Amino acid sequence: MAEILDILISASFWAAALRIATPLIFGVLGELICERAGVLNLGIEGIFTAGAMSGWMAVYLGADLWTGLLIAALVGAAFGLLHGSLTVPLGLSQHVTGIGITLLATSLAYFTYRMTLPDVTSPPRIEPFQPVDLGFLSELPFLGPALFQHTPLTYLALALVAVTAYVFYRTPLGLALRTVGENPAAVEAQGISVYGLRIGAVMAGSALMAMGGAFLTMSAFNAFFFEMVNGRGWICIALVVFASWRPGKALLGAILFGAFDAFQLRLQQEIAVDIPYQIFLMMPYVLSILALVVMSRRAAYPKALMIPYRKGER
Amino acid sequence: MRLEPRDHPPLWLSIGAPIAAALLALVLSAIPLTWAGAAVGEAYRLIFEGAAGSLFALTETLARVTPLILTGLAAAVAFRAKLWNIGAEGQLYMGALAAVALGAGALNLPGIVLAPLILLAGALAGAMMMLGPTWLKLRLGVDEVVTTLLLNFIVLLFVQMMLEGPMQDPMSMGWPQSAPVLDQAALPKLVEKTRLHAGLLIALAAVGLVWLMENRTIFGFEARAVGANAAAARFAGMSVPSVMLRVGLISGALAGLAGVCEVAGLKGYVTQDLSPGYGYGGIVVAMLARLNPLGVVPAAIFVAGVFVGADSMSRAIGVSSYIADLIVATSLLVMLLASLVVQFHIRFRAG
Repeated sequence: MAEILDILISASFWAAALRIATPLIFGVLGELICERAGVLNLGIEGIFTAGAMSGWMAVYLGADLWTGLLIAALVGAAFGLLHGSLTVPLGLSQHVTGIGITLLATSLAYFTYRMTLPDVTSPPRIEPFQPVDLGFLSELPFLGPALFQHTPLTYLALALVAVTAYVFYRTPLGLALRTVGENPAAVEAQGISVYGLRIGAVMAGSALMAMGGAFLTMSAFNAFFFEMVNGRGWICIALVVFASWRPGKALLGAILFGAFDAFQLRLQQEIAVDIPYQIFLMMPYVLSILALVVMSRRAAYPKALMIPYRKGER
Repeated sequence: MRLEPRDHPPLWLSIGAPIAAALLALVLSAIPLTWAGAAVGEAYRLIFEGAAGSLFALTETLARVTPLILTGLAAAVAFRAKLWNIGAEGQLYMGALAAVALGAGALNLPGIVLAPLILLAGALAGAMMMLGPTWLKLRLGVDEVVTTLLLNFIVLLFVQMMLEGPMQDPMSMGWPQSAPVLDQAALPKLVEKTRLHAGLLIALAAVGLVWLMENRTIFGFEARAVGANAAAARFAGMSVPSVMLRVGLISGALAGLAGVCEVAGLKGYVTQDLSPGYGYGGIVVAMLARLNPLGVVPAAIFVAGVFVGADSMSRAIGVSSYIADLIVATSLLVMLLASLVVQFHIRFRAG
């Protein structure tokens, strides 16, 4: 027990929890925006990969870090446009299209990486985002190292939660967005384009997903590795259900998840009993399934999720 | 633009659409090929030659067709009932693991008993993987896409754990691999000195059986009815959960069978890289086949051919073999568009 307490009261543990949560915050927020508008985006895993690769590649080829992030977001939005065009006006299966987007974005990222850097054996590095110095905040005992010594992308993720929540609940755009996932005909009746709104939401959400991927290569690590996304996208999909499609709860879910993951990593080092390390590595996935099961009874899916809208049809 | 449903899509369109989609995917993939600096015509000639240019190439392609037919069927059967099983990759590995658990020395039985036994065990292991996700979907409404996807990662770690632990071959000198399936249980080669094995016949038999099941049995009719309109099926007195559960188990079993065939026919033992994504490839195969079991065969040949051909093209002119994944992913998306043309009249006019 003493070891467990030691872990929970160490600042570095909470710093790790927030660091692990950061890409998930981007991803959950992105998926949440898509689903609130009525479109399931299973392209998330591939869009993470494409964002991780393109942002990193841009910086490697000479762009500065913020330009790299912007490029990642644009790449994400482009895949979002493709997913939106196929699923919204054409009404194709959101499940299969999403899987297709994941396969396409992943293979395109890998192909581009291989063709741009055909001869490298060890992945080349870039100079990643550095922790920001927040003056006296960063100096605070415990809170400083836990909360105020992160890279700018972590603070951007936190800010985006607030922005999303504000737009959702305090602006006409947010109202339209929430309505289009529940009752698209009502939005149409207001003279707002259902297709435009939905495609826009999928593009914005996909841009956020790609930024989550870019965090991996431009902040958490400094290089691009194959299969580095490793199911994070799918975990985000589970976390959206866990968060009941609310931005605030999404933040909570991502941080809880980050804390669990950081905890099992520490536990793995602390306790020396003979548990195969794979058991620990399975934890995030098992946890995601458990989160789904626990929340499923209360899950209030957006009513029009995965139902294509055709004008004049009931 | 308006979409009007067709009552009966003409046969030429049903068959022509996937072919057109595959060709269009090849045309679109010329863009990244050109960008990579390859001569497009030459690259495609090399891909075709690598996939079908010699007896050796042909047997290599057919060896890859085998698991793709089975995972393709697994996806087609499930998708038809609107059960989104994306976990064929994990089910394949569990099938493979079950095959070596029984077939690598635990039971020293004559081949005539042992070979069918490990096939059965693998199918059962794959089916069991679908029990949880299907049950969760039916009882608690948990989305099976997410559970089956996440299970893929869990299974892969489980396989790793077994191959580094209790199931590691003591003769492997520390490599994470299982002991090989006993010789008498191995599937015989169809062509001497190649990698083509009798698993292909098993896969083709599965195609026939699934076709019969879907078109000639009451259960097949129920499965289609549930997929087309679950509420109507329920109203007609069908037990939707029972149909779904059986569809899930059959789908998992088919994917598990793919794992057994890879182990008993091709590799001999289980490694962590047994499958280069056959589970996900199966989804593309199923969509290209428009979920028709008979269509799974040509679709699997196309996907396998692209992979085998791209490998050999990549060795010849140094274009990354990821082009194969790119072609296959593009063909899935183009096929989705093509299926729209099959199902609907597309009218361009106001109103």
